[in-house]
Amino acid sequence: MIISIASGKGGTGKTTVATNIAVSLGSDVQILDCDVEEPNSHLFIQPTIEEVKTITTPVPEVDMEKCNLCGKCGEICQFKAIVVIGETVLPFHELCHSCGGCMEVCPEKAITETGRELGVIERGHKNGLEFVHGKLRVGEAMSPPLIRKVREYTRPDTLTIIDAPPGTSCPVIASMKDADFVLLVTEPTPFGLHDLKLAVGAVSILGIPCGLVINRSDMGDDQVKEYAQKEEVPVLMEIPFDREIAEAYSKGEMIVDVMPEWKQKFQGLYQRIEEIAG
Amino acid sequence: MKEIVIISGKGGTGKTSIIAAFASLAKDKVLCDADVDAADLHLIMDPEIKERHDFESGYTAVINQDKCTECGLCRDLCRWSAISEDFVVDSIECEGCGVCYYFCPEKAIDFPLNTCGEWFLSDTRFGPMAHARLGIAEENSGKLVSLIRQEGKKLAEEKNLNLLLTDGPPGIGCPVIASLGGAAAVLIVAEPTVSGRHDMERVAELAAFFKIPAIICVNKFDLNPDQGEAIEGFAREKNVGVIGRVPFDPAFTKAMVQGKTIVEFDSRSEGCTAVKSIWKELVQRLEI
Repeated sequence: MIISIASGKGGTGKTTVATNIAVSLGSDVQILDCDVEEPNSHLFIQPTIEEVKTITTPVPEVDMEKCNLCGKCGEICQFKAIVVIGETVLPFHELCHSCGGCMEVCPEKAITETGRELGVIERGHKNGLEFVHGKLRVGEAMSPPLIRKVREYTRPDTLTIIDAPPGTSCPVIASMKDADFVLLVTEPTPFGLHDLKLAVGAVSILGIPCGLVINRSDMGDDQVKEYAQKEEVPVLMEIPFDREIAEAYSKGEMIVDVMPEWKQKFQGLYQRIEEIAG
Repeated sequence: MKEIVIISGKGGTGKTSIIAAFASLAKDKVLCDADVDAADLHLIMDPEIKERHDFESGYTAVINQDKCTECGLCRDLCRWSAISEDFVVDSIECEGCGVCYYFCPEKAIDFPLNTCGEWFLSDTRFGPMAHARLGIAEENSGKLVSLIRQEGKKLAEEKNLNLLLTDGPPGIGCPVIASLGGAAAVLIVAEPTVSGRHDMERVAELAAFFKIPAIICVNKFDLNPDQGEAIEGFAREKNVGVIGRVPFDPAFTKAMVQGKTIVEFDSRSEGCTAVKSIWKELVQRLEI
């Protein structure tokens, strides 16, 4: 089963929920941190990293000996990532989406592919828990291809917890697609509610069942609960604001380590998800 | 005209609450919400929309079943596995590269332009505002960020205002990169947690990569003063200006619930006092 933890608004507690569920369930669980722009799960899990892999995406390289300057590569490229200027062809690797169109269309077979670094994937373990995350190279714009690479580590027959990035655009979709359940983490404030509505919209486009965790549930107002009731999104857990939890989080400590009674609550949360997602 | 962009790396550190407070304090400015993916500034600014435009960007392939002979070339060429066995394009997977459209021997593929969001020019009680909404699950957020900043600048020039206050997106990817170019400075709002520190370091590195001067403030400082000081220490080491500390103050959330800036809600609150002194310092440092 794949559970993706998402939120719309940033900073609502996705990583807290993802890491605490993963640790509470013990072995035969993997956590994939797909928030590759700002991955944080490793700060809490503190895995021993066993494998580091640099991930690249193919980008064109032109052999000017073969090129006849016909300009077809520039014509097919939708991203203005390759242009003929005077007597030369300039590929702009940072703009390239790796579709391979220029290589395919070149009548002289003058284009081959080299790689642009997207970032790295690190994989390791903490006790029985398998940990994988992607780390986008600083300066790299495109996160979805790296997210898809992280998701290739998904093992069938195990529970996969995905820590998704904030927002509702392509990186989030790449982190939720083909999940069996999306757990949305929100806070009961106008910003939290507004972004939750967008996130629920994204989940419904993908047709995945979802449920809600309300974090800092006693700060703000009741509008998130009213919305959840109206839209029939089940509220599966509430985490009240507690300075002890906030301070533990600030130090990189997990709720279940500081307050062991929470372990059972996170196990219960998983059971409810299992009931809903079947 | 100068633009200050507020970013954070990590989401939820308080960017929007702080820029809303600045909106109360700054004179002669235009507001711009460049967090187009999950825009929230309008919830406080309550804009009266004066102009509404579609945002058109990118293309999606659509196979015309009547012309398709199921030769399979498109499926072989598509690197996104966006075309199903029965030759239907999954519009969410489609990257808009046009390779299938270009090569289809039957010319059976259309490639229409997408409408993937809306952008607005508005009036608010704090002055003009440019803002946008990216459609759910849409792409090209970077292009919409560039567009809305451009529109914000135009508004400022037309109205002879010398400051653009831009609320940026979280992360370090495409929308954030699109929010940096040409800014006079970025203000990084960090939070004193291990995550906040990790993410602040990456976004500060990004600002340095694009050679944009960066300044930081630590929000909710008292939640973990050790982490707060570590963040400030890192900043000083990297020549990032340190401009002040904001205490953890529930008045921020209470103000948000009422749709107010903290300056409007309680100008004597600790949070407001801190933000005021940061704004004063920012005005001096950037010669606004």
